[in-house]
Amino acid sequence: MQAFDLYAILPELVLLIATCLLLVASVFVPERVTATPGVEQDIFHTPRGVGFVYFFSIILLAYLIFAFMGRMGDPALVAMNGLFQSDPFSNLLKACSCGAVLVSLIYSKQYLTDRALFRPDFIVLALLALLGQFVLISGANLLTLYLGLELMALPTYALVAMRHNSEKSVEAGIKYFVLGALASGFLLYGMSMLYGVTGSLDLIEIFKIVADPRVNHLVMAFGLVFIVAGLAFKLGVAPFHMWVPDVYQGAPTAVTLMIAAAPKLAAFALLFRLLINTLLPLLGDWQPMLVLLAVLSLVVGNVTAIAQTNIKRMLAYSAIAQMGFVLLGMLSVFDEHAFSASLFYIITYVLTTLGTFGLLMALSRKGYDCETLDGLKGLNKKHPWFAFIGLVMMFSLAGIPPTVGFAAKLGVLEALMDAGHTFLAIIAVMASLIGAFYYLRVVKVMYFDEPDHELTVSGSGAVKGILSLNCILVLALGMVPAGLMSLCLDAMRRTLLGS
Amino acid sequence: MTLSFAIWTPILFGLIILFYGSEKSSAGIRWLTLIGAVISFIATLPLVINFDIANAGMQFVEKVSWIPRYDINYYLGIDGISVWFIVLTAFVNVIVVIAAWEVIQTKVSQYMASFMILSGLMIGVFASLDALLFYVFFEATLIPMYIIIGVWGGHNRIYAAFKFFLYTLLGSLLTLIAMLYLYNVTNSFDILVWQNARLDIVEQILLFFAFFMAFAVKVPMWPLHTWLPDVHVEAPTGGSVVLAAIMLKLGAYGFLRFSLPIAPDASQYLGPFIIFLSLVAVIYVGAVALVQKDMKKLVAYSSVAHMGFVTLGFFLFSPLGIEGGIVQMISHGFVAGAMFLAIGVLYDRMHTRQIADYGGVVHRMPAFTAFAVLMAMANCGLPATSGFVGEFMVILAAVDYDFVIGILASTALILGAAYSLWMVKRVFFGTINNAHVEGLKDLNAREYFLMAVLSVCVIGMGVYPKPFTDIIHPAVINLLQHVAVSKL
Repeated sequence: MQAFDLYAILPELVLLIATCLLLVASVFVPERVTATPGVEQDIFHTPRGVGFVYFFSIILLAYLIFAFMGRMGDPALVAMNGLFQSDPFSNLLKACSCGAVLVSLIYSKQYLTDRALFRPDFIVLALLALLGQFVLISGANLLTLYLGLELMALPTYALVAMRHNSEKSVEAGIKYFVLGALASGFLLYGMSMLYGVTGSLDLIEIFKIVADPRVNHLVMAFGLVFIVAGLAFKLGVAPFHMWVPDVYQGAPTAVTLMIAAAPKLAAFALLFRLLINTLLPLLGDWQPMLVLLAVLSLVVGNVTAIAQTNIKRMLAYSAIAQMGFVLLGMLSVFDEHAFSASLFYIITYVLTTLGTFGLLMALSRKGYDCETLDGLKGLNKKHPWFAFIGLVMMFSLAGIPPTVGFAAKLGVLEALMDAGHTFLAIIAVMASLIGAFYYLRVVKVMYFDEPDHELTVSGSGAVKGILSLNCILVLALGMVPAGLMSLCLDAMRRTLLGS
Repeated sequence: MTLSFAIWTPILFGLIILFYGSEKSSAGIRWLTLIGAVISFIATLPLVINFDIANAGMQFVEKVSWIPRYDINYYLGIDGISVWFIVLTAFVNVIVVIAAWEVIQTKVSQYMASFMILSGLMIGVFASLDALLFYVFFEATLIPMYIIIGVWGGHNRIYAAFKFFLYTLLGSLLTLIAMLYLYNVTNSFDILVWQNARLDIVEQILLFFAFFMAFAVKVPMWPLHTWLPDVHVEAPTGGSVVLAAIMLKLGAYGFLRFSLPIAPDASQYLGPFIIFLSLVAVIYVGAVALVQKDMKKLVAYSSVAHMGFVTLGFFLFSPLGIEGGIVQMISHGFVAGAMFLAIGVLYDRMHTRQIADYGGVVHRMPAFTAFAVLMAMANCGLPATSGFVGEFMVILAAVDYDFVIGILASTALILGAAYSLWMVKRVFFGTINNAHVEGLKDLNAREYFLMAVLSVCVIGMGVYPKPFTDIIHPAVINLLQHVAVSKL
């Protein structure tokens, strides 16, 4: 191992060691707050040291964000004998997923505490999943990619089933596990075919060999189908979306946020690494597949979401539709502008998702989960500021200016038009129009209906502050998107030049 | 900076009101809003005072890079076509704030803030020279209006709010595609650059229809007008006033700023088609207005008919027609605003808008009746009111264009007189049949002030329209010269 290898994987090492230490240390740190009577205690997971673990992870994540931000200017480098790459693209995504996990943890604290789920193992699992995302984002080899994917997925399965006395939670966990394993199998099968044809696991090597016209195209295309199917599972796009609504709804909201936010960034990285970095020469084969997936997702996601009364389920279908939009950005000619539009889209989507679920958790309280449309009734009458946050998030998801959702959709639509897919752009905006209906309905429930039950905002001042900041950021990035846009573009450009 | 000031002053005040607002200090919020609205109005006056009539190009230009990645600029500027609408918007905002004074009792701060922000956004639409900036302002107006209709609207307000939002969104999304297409052709979002872009006739026709979808829905033109009566009926008085006085004009303004200069050949080619739609609006919708039982619906249909006059004037391609259309837009802003205010005055007292519930109002509200009759007269185009000037100009241009079209257009005057005066007769005159009418009180000082101010505007513009036409004329000539040059 060389010195720069160590430098490349230093943040990941820090995270790994810290996570392991946290798991061990938490046992020995006594908890100051005694468990509340009446709350069921789990002898294996008494909430020892959770406060310590929580604060330590916050500091750790904050440090990691700064570490990755500081590396943004570094050139692309490949380390560990071509297993691991660190480029501006991966640094940007890692900083964002750290931020997403950090904010998710802060939003979740009160929610989890109320449900006796705020335990060291929750945080440690979340950190392990984050580590998996890092490995996935930085994978330069099919094996690393797969390893990262599994490391990301396994802790998440456990997280989903964490509320082990809830049938829905366990059912969602099993469903997620079975379908996730199936998807991993697909992906692995596709990878094995690629390996069979090219004789290499290294992404750059495969790229070179695939471009060679003498390679057996049929087998590669066959493998490609499995890879795309696996990717579609992980991204949660139609027709491989079946798990998304059930898992979103069944998991505790805090865990839903853990699935809905940061992993989307990693899944996007996987898509980018496999289809752009590696299989770009097969553009003609995978683009039609993506068109099909994207259009199906837009239609299925937006139309089905209309019928939902559970907000978490509605947001799941909304996520399917939004992922369809992300795929559309990949349909361009080989163009860093288009890819950066998708990157911008996914980052801002995660930002909006954080705010949306953060709001749902803030409105939940002990013994009550705010997850139906009726639960938001008349929010404006009681808590106008939180209703406003909800309004901004919904309009951002719908893509109405001046929120960031509009800037994101603009970029993707521009990329589509640039590539000559005018018809797809029209389908995309028509799907957005359908989508606008159910986002508007949430606003309607909050603003136009009368409150018919108790509405309280739980959560500490920090949660309220960060939620407000989140809302302001969604608005501000919508009005001044230039900075983040050029950051994405710059990262994308230097990454593509490097590879 | 004058334009930025005009745009952001009301928005800033709106935000302050929104965050300062608590239910307890409604009076303070009202005064704060009024001060803000008046300051915002005063902020727009330098635009007219310092306007250079000799200059047909863009004035008060501001250009700052906004999203360099797509070469999108914060690019503002006005010419003779847009300047009056900015003043009108700020003026109507003051009227609306005063009109809401005692009427709105719930969520005062949010109501006032919505209107302040809406006013700033609409000024932004009129002042934008960058297409994307235009689009952002154009779309953003939907949010406060959606809230205004949905929160303070009538019985069926939720249906109306959704219909308003989705209907207009449908149109503007297609326009966004057209804008992106033009961006790919010209590598710029600058409207003035687009106006000089070469496009073949198929491109022009497709672009024309894409823009048409947004603007025709907003105007609204027959047969895309069906949202307007529903929305007007359910919206609170202030919402109706702003909708009729300003929001409809955004669409008509879009025709002048985008459709005509960017796709001149398609506009000429499709001109007869638009003229046909406009005439249908004038005659058929005018006839529909005649049979309405609800006063607000009647005025809503009358708005559609009057806006038909505007689009008719635009697509005659003569200075008189376009200027007449613009004058008609300004005049309709005063007249329709005043009529919705008048209906609001009656509704606040009687809580019904059905014409059949009234009769003999003049015996209890003589001063109010005087104002209302004046507005009804202006609505049907009586000489010496502002309604006459625009309609007369458009009819002259229409006769010049084609005698039959001129004849058909002038039936609007007859139909307008018919539905306006028949409503006046049924509401204000005759004997009192309803016990509630018996107890009506005449205008209070606030309402008196509003109606008086609007009456002065209507008569002033009707007697001496020169300040308006003087400013409009050079810009229209400039536009027509541009349209006359084929871009094929």
